[in-house]
Amino acid sequence: MKNFHFTLFHHTWKVIVCIVLAIASVNLMLPARPTNTNRSSAIAPPATIMPKNNPAADDNEKKREQESKAAFAEAYTVFMHPRCMNCHPSGDVPLQGDDSHQHTQGVKRGPDGKGLYALKCSNCHQSVDLEGEHLPPGHPNWHLPTAARPMIFQGKSPRQLAMSFKDSTFTGFRSIDQLVEHVEHDKLVIHSFTYGTRPPLTHEDFVAKVKEWIDKGAALPDK
Amino acid sequence: MIQLTVNGKQYEVDVLPDMPILWVIRDKLKLTGTKFGCGAAQCGACTVHLDGQGIRSCISPVSRAVGKEIVTIEGLQPSLSKPLMEAWTEIDVPQCGYCQTGQIMAAAILLRENNDPSDQDIDNAMSGNICRCGTYQRIRKAIHLAAELKRSAT
Repeated sequence: MKNFHFTLFHHTWKVIVCIVLAIASVNLMLPARPTNTNRSSAIAPPATIMPKNNPAADDNEKKREQESKAAFAEAYTVFMHPRCMNCHPSGDVPLQGDDSHQHTQGVKRGPDGKGLYALKCSNCHQSVDLEGEHLPPGHPNWHLPTAARPMIFQGKSPRQLAMSFKDSTFTGFRSIDQLVEHVEHDKLVIHSFTYGTRPPLTHEDFVAKVKEWIDKGAALPDK
Repeated sequence: MIQLTVNGKQYEVDVLPDMPILWVIRDKLKLTGTKFGCGAAQCGACTVHLDGQGIRSCISPVSRAVGKEIVTIEGLQPSLSKPLMEAWTEIDVPQCGYCQTGQIMAAAILLRENNDPSDQDIDNAMSGNICRCGTYQRIRKAIHLAAELKRSAT
């Protein structure tokens, strides 16, 4: 009886060892299963939709990026022109003239961008341009950006300015598309193309360049 | 004919709509307290209030004032003119006096909007008013005093 028990136990042990070894062998022969439950990233896509394997798609993407950068480079010449940049100064004093000197009279931005005390913008900048040399141009809504969101252009490289435009805390716009709306329809922006030394592009061409920059991916310039 | 309200009074003046307000108030209404300085909004001597804002009357066509109220130095409300006049006298601010009308009209807006202005506030408010005699330090001192007098009166 004692021998019988020992024999039975002995065989049971061998059977268990065999089963474990068999399972281990099968697992070693099978490919490793992905641990990532996201099937789309775990399973390699068909070669036809892999951009990395498609030189034509690569070239097209690069071409669009270059065109986007080129469009911004042209729009940048307008953004940095005195008619635009003078109201986007790096400090709280607006700029004046084609040499972008600080505004005479020590005018300051003020919290709402409309000046301070007896030096509010609209005190001198009336609803229309005044005729005569060195007299203030005018528009009913003459102002700078607000103190809370000063939207500084002055001193920014193309890359820095493009980054700023893509930052909603800089622009206050919900999406970059609102930048197009601003440059296309804002009456003060449009007015900038109508007096003094004009920006290097027409308003229409300027808007087209801003649109092209965004439509082709809003690529950041290299510098 | 153009209808105007100046210092609370109604006027009807026979002038062209593009005549500057300064010409109208000085030459037509004989309110000569406001001065002509530069004629280009640069110096502030011609400052008057239009609906409470300190405009440069030398570059503002009279058409701008239709339906609005002009206040000149002669009609400045006593709650502002009294402390300013007392402070200006106490500190003995003017030298030649030519720019002082504009200085006081600008200071009145500062005091109306800021009961206790700092030196920086005063600079921000007054930097557009030029004084060839260089009375700036006395102007600053007088504004501090006027603010104090105004606060104590209320």
